[in-house]
Amino acid sequence: MDFLTIIQILDSTIRLATPLLLACLAGLFSERSGIIDIGLEGKMLVSAFFSAAVAAMTGSVWIGLCAGIVSAVLFSLIHGLASITFKGDQLISGVAINFLASGMTVLIAQDWFSQGGRTPSLSGDARFDSLDWPGAVAMRDAFRAERAGDGDPTGLSAIYWDMISGHTILVYVALLAVPVSWYVLFRTRFGLRLRAVGENPAAVDTAGVSVVRLRYASILIAGLLTGLAGAYLSTGLAAGFVKDMTAGRGFIALAALIFAKWRPWYALWACLLFGLLEAVGNRYQNIELVGFELPVQFMQALPYILTVVILAGFVGRAIPPRAGGKPYVKER
Amino acid sequence: MTLMHKFLGAAATVALSAGVAMAEPGLIIDLGGKFDKSFNESAYTGAQRWVEETGGDYMETELQSEAQREQTMRRMAERGANPVVVLGFANASTLEKVAPDYPETNFTIVDSVVDQPNVQSIVFSEHEGSYLVGMLAGMASDTGTVSFVGGMDVPLIRKFACGYVQGVKAVDPEIEVIQNMTGTTPSAWNDPVKGGELTRAQISQGSDVVYAAAGGTGVGVLQTAADEGIYSIGVDSNQNYLHPGSVLTSMVKRVDNAVYDAFQSAAEGKFETGVQVLDLESEGVAYAVDEHNEALITDEMSAAVEEAKQKIISGEIEVHDYTATDSCPVE
Repeated sequence: MDFLTIIQILDSTIRLATPLLLACLAGLFSERSGIIDIGLEGKMLVSAFFSAAVAAMTGSVWIGLCAGIVSAVLFSLIHGLASITFKGDQLISGVAINFLASGMTVLIAQDWFSQGGRTPSLSGDARFDSLDWPGAVAMRDAFRAERAGDGDPTGLSAIYWDMISGHTILVYVALLAVPVSWYVLFRTRFGLRLRAVGENPAAVDTAGVSVVRLRYASILIAGLLTGLAGAYLSTGLAAGFVKDMTAGRGFIALAALIFAKWRPWYALWACLLFGLLEAVGNRYQNIELVGFELPVQFMQALPYILTVVILAGFVGRAIPPRAGGKPYVKER
Repeated sequence: MTLMHKFLGAAATVALSAGVAMAEPGLIIDLGGKFDKSFNESAYTGAQRWVEETGGDYMETELQSEAQREQTMRRMAERGANPVVVLGFANASTLEKVAPDYPETNFTIVDSVVDQPNVQSIVFSEHEGSYLVGMLAGMASDTGTVSFVGGMDVPLIRKFACGYVQGVKAVDPEIEVIQNMTGTTPSAWNDPVKGGELTRAQISQGSDVVYAAAGGTGVGVLQTAADEGIYSIGVDSNQNYLHPGSVLTSMVKRVDNAVYDAFQSAAEGKFETGVQVLDLESEGVAYAVDEHNEALITDEMSAAVEEAKQKIISGEIEVHDYTATDSCPVE
């Protein structure tokens, strides 16, 4: 395995980790305020569809992105209405959102585009282009020219032109969302209250702060972030929506969230780790370890095996916010 | 009141007997969906062509999950559809169980063999078609590396891969073929993001022609190939039009003909059970050339492929079938 291969795998890792990271941060905000959100998958899916569909119709990926975010936020509000206002079961509401998204997107897509539940392929301005950082293209060309000649370049510059540069803007937004989330949650009054409401809503209520408003706020943030994640899938990574294209990424994000013990920086590392495992699995489908061949099924199951192993106690106990999953009832 | 009952009863009898007399064929679209631009869409096109040409009518349902197979098959048979056409190898074990319960109903299964007296099994020689597109890939490649993206890791897809590799190696045994499967569950047919990522990984390993046999996942493979400026090869339906100039050719599998023939033969009362193999000779499989890709295929390439095609038909070249031995002689 040469250096360039490692860089290519890391490049792929960043692309694959981005939707996980956005969804994971969405879950982080939601669960820190005491709302369990297994509807991440559904919200990503609905955003993936609406961003692709609107981008296809208007020809502008930015309008598509807005539509995706709005749709995900609306789905968040459904979840909020069921689990905050009406004090329903958060798990059931989340499952319902997943089912609703899975069925609704295909149905609407069929009605609008008549292509069997997919959107037309996006091209040009209807997709997020990759951003080339200053000088990246020149460095890549220089590297290729040197390699094509007799030179043996080390490829160190590839860290810049392959791994750091050349992603779509949403990738950088996702990476930026980590410090921002950390700051909001741990350095602002809003964040303190939000965390408190996930631990002991009665105390927050006694202090005269509205539990309901805080929880809705956190759910709206979750909607925004899942909206970005979905839009990235359909307009950044792929070029259009297909049925169930999230393919379980919302659930992987939840696993990463538990793994990260509900902390933003840990969430970044957890998502990068899952992304790395997927990237390695894509690149090396059969790995030989000391004369013993690991089958591809093992590589594909690895993220899940890892989650189980980790949660079984290797990283210490993962303690969820104490009030998670319980609707807040003011008086009995 | 009794008179009313009699009338209703009579009406019902007439309706029932009419239903029996005009048994409609039924088509069960498999997971992946009716418009997957690939396997299922091809079957749907065949059914639509039959409707247009004969003015007949047929019943159609689309599976939503693995668990619905048996239920859907039984319901279709009970509603009086005849023959019931099911698509895909994944139906084989279910059909094995269901078919004996409806001895009056004929079934057709595409892509697998079910040994029952009332079942017609249609299989394709995908390895032969893949051999030909493999030759095209080998001739179109500049880097000396080509690749393959499969959908779900099952023997049928290995059959595509094995034929492809043999075709590539027939051009030049030195050419390297990278093979990747998307996954081991049915969701592997519908993950264009992963398909695109696999393609990128293959490109970074030097591949400049990628063959996708992966249903809806293939859409992502073809898209990435077009974005990155390499050639791709489509599958099942003719996918040349998706990215003109980038899609080198498509390995067309005439599922539409299979469905059309099943419907038509039943309508004419000539339905035959047993195994039917649709191969190069019967044009069940072929490589597609149309206005979108004719510029990519040189005279030299098409001459070589046509020659190989004739040799396969005459038996001079024997393409190994992965499913016959569960192994492939070349990697």
